[in-house]
Amino acid sequence: MNEELVVMDGIDKSFPGVHALENCSFDLRAGEVHALVGENGAGKSTLMKVLAGVYSKDAGRILLRGKEVNLSNPRAAQQHGISMIHQELNLMPHLTVAQNIFIGREPRQGVRFLLNEKAINDQTRQLLETLHVDLDPRTKVASLTVAKQQMVEIAKALSFNSDVLIMDEPTAALTDAEIEELFRIIRHLRDRGVGIVYITHRLEELWRIADRVTVMRDGRYIDTVRIEDADINRIISMMVGRTIYEASPEIPENGSQEVVLEVRNLSRGRTLQNVSFQLKKGEIVGFAGLMGAGRTEVARAIFGADPIDSGEILVRGRKVTIKSPRDAVRHGIGYLSEDRKRYGLTLDMDVETNIVLAAFQRFLNRIGVVQQAKIRATAHRFVEMLAIKTPSLQQKVKNLSGGNQQKLVIAKWLTADTDILIFDEPTRGIDVGAKSEIYRLLNDLARQGKSIVMISSELPEILRMSHRIIVMCEGRITGELSSADATQEKIMQFATQRSAVVQ
Amino acid sequence: MDVTVVPKKISGRSMLRADATRKFLAFGALILLLVYFSLASPHFMTFNNVVGILLQTSVNGVLALGVTFVIITGGIDLSIGTVMTFSGVMTAMFIVNWGLPVGVGVVGGVLTGGLAGLINGTVVARMKVPPFIATLGMMYIAKGLALVLSELRPIYFNDAPAFRSIALGSLIGKVFPEFEIPNAVLILFGAAIVAAFLLNRTVLGRYTFALGSNEEATRLSGVNVKFWKTLVYTVGGLFAGLGGVLMAARLNSAQPALGQGYELDAIAAVVIGGTSLSGGEGTIMGTIIGAFVMSVLINGLRIMSVDPEWQIVVTGAILIGAVYLDIIRRRA
Repeated sequence: MNEELVVMDGIDKSFPGVHALENCSFDLRAGEVHALVGENGAGKSTLMKVLAGVYSKDAGRILLRGKEVNLSNPRAAQQHGISMIHQELNLMPHLTVAQNIFIGREPRQGVRFLLNEKAINDQTRQLLETLHVDLDPRTKVASLTVAKQQMVEIAKALSFNSDVLIMDEPTAALTDAEIEELFRIIRHLRDRGVGIVYITHRLEELWRIADRVTVMRDGRYIDTVRIEDADINRIISMMVGRTIYEASPEIPENGSQEVVLEVRNLSRGRTLQNVSFQLKKGEIVGFAGLMGAGRTEVARAIFGADPIDSGEILVRGRKVTIKSPRDAVRHGIGYLSEDRKRYGLTLDMDVETNIVLAAFQRFLNRIGVVQQAKIRATAHRFVEMLAIKTPSLQQKVKNLSGGNQQKLVIAKWLTADTDILIFDEPTRGIDVGAKSEIYRLLNDLARQGKSIVMISSELPEILRMSHRIIVMCEGRITGELSSADATQEKIMQFATQRSAVVQ
Repeated sequence: MDVTVVPKKISGRSMLRADATRKFLAFGALILLLVYFSLASPHFMTFNNVVGILLQTSVNGVLALGVTFVIITGGIDLSIGTVMTFSGVMTAMFIVNWGLPVGVGVVGGVLTGGLAGLINGTVVARMKVPPFIATLGMMYIAKGLALVLSELRPIYFNDAPAFRSIALGSLIGKVFPEFEIPNAVLILFGAAIVAAFLLNRTVLGRYTFALGSNEEATRLSGVNVKFWKTLVYTVGGLFAGLGGVLMAARLNSAQPALGQGYELDAIAAVVIGGTSLSGGEGTIMGTIIGAFVMSVLINGLRIMSVDPEWQIVVTGAILIGAVYLDIIRRRA
């Protein structure tokens, strides 16, 4: 058994109106990857932010190698060798890799005011070499992929000689290859004796990387299990406090043959090449493919967000011209972006305003005055219908959980009377419980006659939800599978079917 | 190890290219203007006119240098115009009203600007008042103080001829009698070198960029954000103070009613020079070029006998055009 690095005991933390952590405990050993899982709002990030000195605890104690410590700010935690890589990366995009890593403690030359740029770059180069990360210290961070930026964060954390490294959902935005690279580095660090706390929503990752798993729920510590002793259903039931069976497919009947959306030979530069498909009433069509296969581009082209070079779009058999999202909405097409926070919602406004935003015209009376009562009634109806959890209709959207935000985007498009809905990664960043609610919602919508295109990178999700599956690779449709025939293997085969010319 | 060589070259080069395009835009515009006006009028490319342009640029250039720092942090300083005036009036108070030596008056004037900047910085960084409002307030305060102290009248430096030579004397002319380039121009370039050094070689410069790029990340990295932000505004104020001294020396008087509007000229120069108003990027070279673009434009139009009113219209159009070009460049 390795040395106990960290013991957190009886941790309590309240924010105004929320009891975020209640008597929580946690421990971390040297040379282990300890996963921390739980639904959104379970308190994982909060607990770790207490350890990283971002939040101060109300009660409880933190022992570091057996000695009680007081971690009142991030700097104090760093000096004790505790570093946290936050979910939203904390980098300065305009600065270089090296400048980011040494921000706040730049090597100086002679006079304390002068920077020693050479030393900054040299030390960074050494640091990156020990991690076997292939990066030039002088590259600007803005030009790096998210995965590489994460490497910069890891390097930065390690440059403090941290032996406790907390990672908050590091794989949320990474491709499979990048995840593999990240895992390689995590294992490398673990072997060097670093204790790693790994917060994640992707439960399947646990068996690839974690040694132990701690589950939290509603701000409470539930249990810690060794990964060999855990199975996914048990972890999920600990997370949600009830048992849900992940596997059962829930595809609704689809009787209609009416084609509501037809796309013919959609092309755009090299990103889209002759994309053609049909979508029937009440149907859910899943779009599968690897990152960069062109799925989001198809959605954006149909929605009028990007111009197309050639191709036709037919809505209910009639050829339509869509030059802007406005045209698309007029034809009843709604697009739910994968980045809800940036494109789907106005976070600083309240629930009711967001719900009616895409159809605001209809909530004005004849002289253009807002009809607040009508807005309230509509918002109320959708909050009930979609079971959106919010303390009030006047709650600011940024205070809602990811799942509820997603439902809000759906409500927004339903208010706008759209019946062709394109969902781009509808469950990204949403926890297990809320996920199954979103699935149920999609099924309900399909049953009510809405037609749905669902873009997803999670194959189990595609398989579970779609009547038909269209697979893309490098801007082309490479295969179509019915739900009966589809397997993960077949999808992957189509998804990697690159054209022979490009090598 | 050998693998690292490849990305190094690519990224280095592409970054260079991006920077080069950015510099080229403003620089190209400047060259274009120079060529155009040279061809359009024989009176443009004369020694006297070029010196005139340089002198014309000096005050706006110095103000623009200071506000470049503030803008790179993502902030704005609307007070530099009237702080410049206030500093000029203070210089006059020191030298004319209180009979102190010229050197003391100059330092006092510059420090007056620094003090105004320090207050701006404190209000922005510690009291969390948005920079636009904080410096708008300081704009009025400095304007009012200048009027109160001067009792609404210009103060002339007739008894201190040494003061005038700060701007209009010529050290260069003493060495090369052929080139009577006024000291104000030397001061502008000297200030530019100091600014470039501060921005690129010192901790202050690094945190200026860091603040503009991602303030929260900078804070979480353990940087004392309040301190450095205050210092950035103070630097902006010091440059405004220097601008005030220069202005007073050029006019041989402190003109309390002058100054408002200068902040916008300076901000325009910074923006034409490619510094982003959203923070995180900018160069001193760009600012200097931007300042020259503006004064060359005004001077050239005047030589071509365009009405002064129309010169102002053209300046506005050029400003929007410059920023639009930059947006197009970014999109590409």
